[in-house]
Amino acid sequence: MSVLVYTEHTNGKFKKSTFEALSYGNAIAKHLGTTLSAISIGDVPAEELQKLGTYGATRVLNTGTEQLRKFVNQAYAAVIAEAARKENATVVILSASFSGKGLAPRVAVKLDAGYVDGAMALPDFSNGFTVRKGAFSGKAFADVTLTSTNKVITLLPNSFGIIIDTQNSDIEDFTPILREQDFKAMVQEIIRASDKISLPEAELVVSAGRGLKGPENWGMIEELAGLLGAATACSKPVSDSNWRPHSEHVGQTGIAVSPNLYIAIGISGAIQHLAGVSNSKVIVVINKDPEAPFFKAADYGIVGDAFEVVPRLIEAVKAFKAVHA
Amino acid sequence: MKILVCISNVPDTTSKINLADDKKSVTMAGIQFIINPYDEIALTRALELTEPSGGTVTVINVGDASTEPTIRKALAIGATDAVRVNAAPRDAYFVAKQVSSFAKDKGYDMVLTGRESIDYNGSQVAAMVGELLDIPSISIVKKLEINSSTALLEREIEGGKEVVNCPLPLVASATEGMAEPRIPNMRGIMSARTKPLQVIEPVEVSQYQTVVNYDKPAPRSQVKLVPGDTVDQLLELLHSEAKVI
Repeated sequence: MSVLVYTEHTNGKFKKSTFEALSYGNAIAKHLGTTLSAISIGDVPAEELQKLGTYGATRVLNTGTEQLRKFVNQAYAAVIAEAARKENATVVILSASFSGKGLAPRVAVKLDAGYVDGAMALPDFSNGFTVRKGAFSGKAFADVTLTSTNKVITLLPNSFGIIIDTQNSDIEDFTPILREQDFKAMVQEIIRASDKISLPEAELVVSAGRGLKGPENWGMIEELAGLLGAATACSKPVSDSNWRPHSEHVGQTGIAVSPNLYIAIGISGAIQHLAGVSNSKVIVVINKDPEAPFFKAADYGIVGDAFEVVPRLIEAVKAFKAVHA
Repeated sequence: MKILVCISNVPDTTSKINLADDKKSVTMAGIQFIINPYDEIALTRALELTEPSGGTVTVINVGDASTEPTIRKALAIGATDAVRVNAAPRDAYFVAKQVSSFAKDKGYDMVLTGRESIDYNGSQVAAMVGELLDIPSISIVKKLEINSSTALLEREIEGGKEVVNCPLPLVASATEGMAEPRIPNMRGIMSARTKPLQVIEPVEVSQYQTVVNYDKPAPRSQVKLVPGDTVDQLLELLHSEAKVI
C-alpha cells in the first residue's frame, strides 16, 4: 500500500500546488501508516526531482519518455494509473489544476476508484474516509465518504499548507506501456502570459467591477496587483462587457478562488459573485456605496470612491514594501 | 455531424442554498431549476456547429420526470431530440456510465458537457465519459472549431491557454467563451413541445461514494471599516492582524 501524488510541473519546474499536494498526500500516508510515492511525467531536471523528497516522497517515478514531453490528457492518465498499480497505491492525489481536473476522472475510472474533486482539508478518518469539498459553487460544503478500495482526490489550491518532511527519495526511471490511441489530442501551442499570476492558484487577488466604469481604468488595478504580487480578477458584468477576459471572471459561473486575500474594488457583491469568493481567507471590500451587500461578506472595508482610494492604496503599498522588504 | 450534449438540471444561480435540519440534504423547496449555465454554452456551440451542414444535436439528462421542463428548454433552444435516463443522478460516475452506455455504438462525433455543474462543481463527467468510451477528452475548453474530421480546441490552463488539435470523436467540456448562450424564441418554444423525448431506464453502476453531510461557510464577523484617507491603516491590519501580507 502507498499514497501516490502526480507532481505537475510547468516547463520542468514543479508548481507550488504540487508541493501542497505532496504535503497533503504525506499527511494521509502517515495516517494510513504507509509511504508516499510521486510520479513525474515529462522533462524535469534531476535537481528538480530531488525537491520531491523535501515534502515526504520516499519514492519518485520519473518518466521522461520523448512521447510524453507534451501534455496529453489520455496518455498522462494512463501513466498515472499504471504508476499507481506499480506502487500499490490505494490513494492517488492530484492538484485541482486545469490539467488535474481533466486527468483525475480518467484515473479514477481506470482504477475503479471513488473520486472527490477539490478537497479542502484532510480526510476525516473517524468514520471511514470522508473528504470535504465545496458544493453549490461556494454556497455550501459537502462531506463525501469514499467506500471504494482505491481513492482519487484532487486538492484545492491554497487549502493545505506546504509541510517540509525531508526524506531520502529514491528516483527511479519509469517506462510505462503506451498505447498509440492515447496520443490523439496533440498540443499545438501553449500561450502563456509569463508575467501573469494564475488566478485559481493565486494567494492574493485584486478584483474589480463595474464601479471602475470602463476597461481604460484597469491600469491602477494592474499596478496594485503587480505591487502586491496578486492576480487580477473581475466580476461577471465586466467580462460580459468584454472589458476583461472571461478567464478573469470570478463567481458562480466563472472561476472559484481560494486566496489568502481577496480585494474587491467597485463590486457590489451579487450572490453569484460571493459564491465564487467564499473560500477566501480574508476579504477586503472597497466601494463607495456603504449599503453594498459585499460589506456583509467582508472582513475589512473602505467606504470610498475607487478612483480616490486605489491610487492612495498604491502609494501605501509602495511605502509598506519599502519598510517590510 | 452528430453531437450529444449532456445537460444538468441545477438550482438557478440566484438561489439561496438551505440545508435540512439534520444537514443530510439540501432543501430544494422553492428553488427554480435551470439548465446548468455551462451546459447551455455547450448546447449553443453544438447548434452553431451542426446547423450549417444539417447535423443533429441530441441532449441527454440523467434525472427523474421533474427535470423535463429543463429538457424542453434545451429543445426550445434548438436541440433535435432528447433522452432522459430515468434515475436520480447519484454521483458523477453514475451519470458518466449512463451517458457512455447510451452513446456507445451510436456514432456521435462529439459529446459535449459544461465544464462543471454549478451544484456539485465536479468537472468529472466529461473526462469519465471519455475514458469509458476510450476516446480523448479535453476539459474546460473556451474555443471549439471543427475542420472536417478534426477539432481545434483552446483549453484553459493556469495563466494562459493551450491549443489542442484532436481528431473526432472526442469529448469536451465547455466554459465561457465557447459560445454566447441562446435564448429560445417563440417558434423554438412551440416546436419543443412536439420534439421527441425518449425516456430510458438506467444501467446498474457500482457506488463508490455518498455525501454524508452538508455544511455552509461560517458567516464572516462584522466588517472592520477603515477610513478612506488612512489606507496605510488597512495595510497594517492585513499585515499584523490578518497576517496575509
